Amino acid sequence: MKAILTTIGKDQVGIIAGVSQFLAEKKINILDVSQTIMDGYFTMMMMVEINDEKADFTALSEELGGIGKKLGVEIKIRREEIYHAMHQL
Amino acid sequence: METEKIIETIHMISDENLDVRTITMGISLLDCIDSDSTRACDRIYNKIMTKAKNLVKVGEQIEAEYGIPIINKRISVTPISIIAAASADQNYLKYAQTLDRAAKELGVNFIGGFSALVQKGYQTGDLKLIRSLPQVLDETDLVCASVNVGSTRSGINMDAVAEMGKIIKDASERSFMTNTKMVVFCNAVEDNPFMAGAFHGVGERDTVINVGVSGPGVVKHALENVRGESMDVVAETIKQTAFKVTRMGQLVGTIAAERLGVPFGIVDLSLAPTPAVGDSVAQILEEIGLESVGTHGTTAALALLNDAVKKGGIMACSHVGGLSGAFIPVSEDAGMIAAVNAGTLNIEKLEAMTAVCSVGLDMIAIPGDTPADTISAMIADEAAIGMINNKTTAVRILPIQNKKVGETVEFGGLLGYAPIMGVNKASSTRMIARGGLIPAPIHSFKN
Repeated sequence: MKAILTTIGKDQVGIIAGVSQFLAEKKINILDVSQTIMDGYFTMMMMVEINDEKADFTALSEELGGIGKKLGVEIKIRREEIYHAMHQL
Repeated sequence: METEKIIETIHMISDENLDVRTITMGISLLDCIDSDSTRACDRIYNKIMTKAKNLVKVGEQIEAEYGIPIINKRISVTPISIIAAASADQNYLKYAQTLDRAAKELGVNFIGGFSALVQKGYQTGDLKLIRSLPQVLDETDLVCASVNVGSTRSGINMDAVAEMGKIIKDASERSFMTNTKMVVFCNAVEDNPFMAGAFHGVGERDTVINVGVSGPGVVKHALENVRGESMDVVAETIKQTAFKVTRMGQLVGTIAAERLGVPFGIVDLSLAPTPAVGDSVAQILEEIGLESVGTHGTTAALALLNDAVKKGGIMACSHVGGLSGAFIPVSEDAGMIAAVNAGTLNIEKLEAMTAVCSVGLDMIAIPGDTPADTISAMIADEAAIGMINNKTTAVRILPIQNKKVGETVEFGGLLGYAPIMGVNKASSTRMIARGGLIPAPIHSFKN
């Protein structure tokens, strides 16, 4: 399944490295990355592919939340359909 | 996908309290009817436990995968007065306890459908159910009840209106929480996912998933960006926001239905406030330009809001249903509570607002010594607004023992707290004592 991982917070060294290292450990493939500074905040969007259809999303979200805390940013992961549903006909 | 759109969705969920208020599974109990009430209750229990086995689990999965809070998972069932009528029981507490037990074991938040539809008169089980209500509401925790006393097609059953005044009063003497779980309707709908008034209509499929979306905070935020613009722009902004919110409801409902192996019914496009800061319908009306909700102009602003929500949502999903519009409960809305405390919002204005909002007089605390006939008369007024305007109206009024106007009662959680509001002191007793049926109105000579 495809999901969108968003990382928002104050810019600092090691955010992209921290997130991508975690994803690599979990064997989650990064399909696309965009990164920008919005309203002074570091904002990164990653489209990722989770091959394990039975992946435990709750655990994954919690682990990502923990990494976010360490890096001082907010990390969320959501399946991509939610964004399409809300903004595309 | 554009970054701005992703960010917009995240803000709606994280900062503006966008949520799916409820996933409600409607379950027909018609195949559980039995003249032996114990056997009937066993069948009811087994059917609910089988059909809704995975409801909470699936709800939580969707929450985790899509990052959308799903506040409540609920069940609605066929009105129990129909199911219990075949039995010789004189009190339907046993049926309510069965529903309560199933709901607790499944981990759902509420189960609705301890209901009777008496808009034109009583059938065998109706009066027994109604007279069981005070005890049922007091002795069960998760069972929600409703009684439909009127409709545009049938008129208003004034015998039932008189009875319900007494029932509400009796229930309030047992506990102040009882009446939070009961609604008196006119023009009740069969696919409403919201409590306390949800039941599964007999015209529905055997089992169905209905979804209620919410998001007053999202609408309020969107309107902050169009301050000073014309009402056309206000309406357009609300429509666009409602569209996005509804699309989310449609997605969640479709996925839930698919995973539960149940057909998807409707999305109820309601703005349902909570006592949380920034989750208020009153504050939307104030954002439109009122110093305080309840002042002159409130009804017009609410009419626009209610209509724009429907217009925006209706194209965003396959089937719209339920109550769809803006709820105006007092205790569940920080802005409404503030307006009552400031003296700008009273019951008379709330009644006027119910002519254009989605439902009716909701979560309004009144002094415990209010006479039963006065409560009945309030129900009659609300039912009349619904009957004549061809809309659903409801009364969820809460007499609070030993409390006077100006004092406050705390319900907790999503139910919030409420200042006790004053009611008109003049008697309505002689009218309520008449009983009978207010005839259905003529709307036009259609043939």
